[in-house]
Amino acid sequence: MSQHIIPVRTYLIVFGVLMGLLVATVAGAYAPLGHFHLAIALLIAGLKAVVIVLYFMHVRYSSRLTWVFSSAAILWLAIMLFYSIGDYVTRGWLDIEGK
Amino acid sequence: MSAHESADTLLLHQFDDLAQQKESSTLGMWLFLSTEVMLFGGLFTAYSIYRILYPSDFAAGSRHLNVMLGAINTGVLLCSSLTMALAVHAAQTRHRKNVLRFLLATIGFGCLFLGIKGYEWHDDYEKGLVPGINFNWEKAQAGKANKLVVYDKERLTGVKFDDLKSSGAGGYDQVPAGRVQLFFLLYFLMTGLHGLHMIIGIGFVSIVTFLSWRGWFSGGGETQIEVTGLYWHFIDVVWVFLYPLLYLIDVRQ
Repeated sequence: MSQHIIPVRTYLIVFGVLMGLLVATVAGAYAPLGHFHLAIALLIAGLKAVVIVLYFMHVRYSSRLTWVFSSAAILWLAIMLFYSIGDYVTRGWLDIEGK
Repeated sequence: MSAHESADTLLLHQFDDLAQQKESSTLGMWLFLSTEVMLFGGLFTAYSIYRILYPSDFAAGSRHLNVMLGAINTGVLLCSSLTMALAVHAAQTRHRKNVLRFLLATIGFGCLFLGIKGYEWHDDYEKGLVPGINFNWEKAQAGKANKLVVYDKERLTGVKFDDLKSSGAGGYDQVPAGRVQLFFLLYFLMTGLHGLHMIIGIGFVSIVTFLSWRGWFSGGGETQIEVTGLYWHFIDVVWVFLYPLLYLIDVRQ
């Protein structure tokens, strides 16, 4: 695997995109979006994170093994969130005495 | 890797080549970062569960945070990430002066972030929003607009509390102000743990800056600075999620 040097221009474009997304985050919070505030906020935050990980953290130009390592973290986090939230929100759905 | 760039890099005997040597370093940092995701993940999970159970209390607490300072701090961290990335670039292209410049700029932005965050924490303390130290929801609410005070007085009397309790949403016997306290507890734990990472990150970058200045590293410190950068960008990613989740729950009231 040969080393890839990302040009400064790319870093500046990525920085511009991130600042644009920051403005979108704040604008989205004040925009009339009804029940979609959280979804939009998380979507923009997710985009920012992906851009940082791919370019600033060089994952886009890294080996497949690096992709596995970085995705594994997200996978475990998703498992933790999914089962924990699933437990709490479904409590009380079944009418069981003492539960 | 071109010849003139690899010529100054020391290859340790356990590695086949420089690419493998470098990848083992970055993979090690990625492995550590995935354990960091788990560390923050526990707090994010607790946050998600309680926000789902008590959405309006979390929104009420969130309105006491300073949206503008949070946005400025996000911008400061993004700037620090840019300078960190440029420091890595300078190390890769062997511009030693630029390496030092950009690393110092990263430290500067990091300190600016902590300064603004410290000001916010102090402000929260003045308002009476620190659980376990001086939490006083009525005092904090009195500092806000009248409309909000009336809105929350209704809630403090617990009109809807019985409904909530019988809805099966966990059955936790807490007065509503206690639930807002839960929001601030999570707010201080999450921003506090993030702030601790910032302090460690600034220390980490400072050591690497000092060693780069002394010419300690082989290969222009390329790998060492890149690994430091991975840690720094990770802290930035955490904040990218903390900002909308803590500051922007429902700002339109």
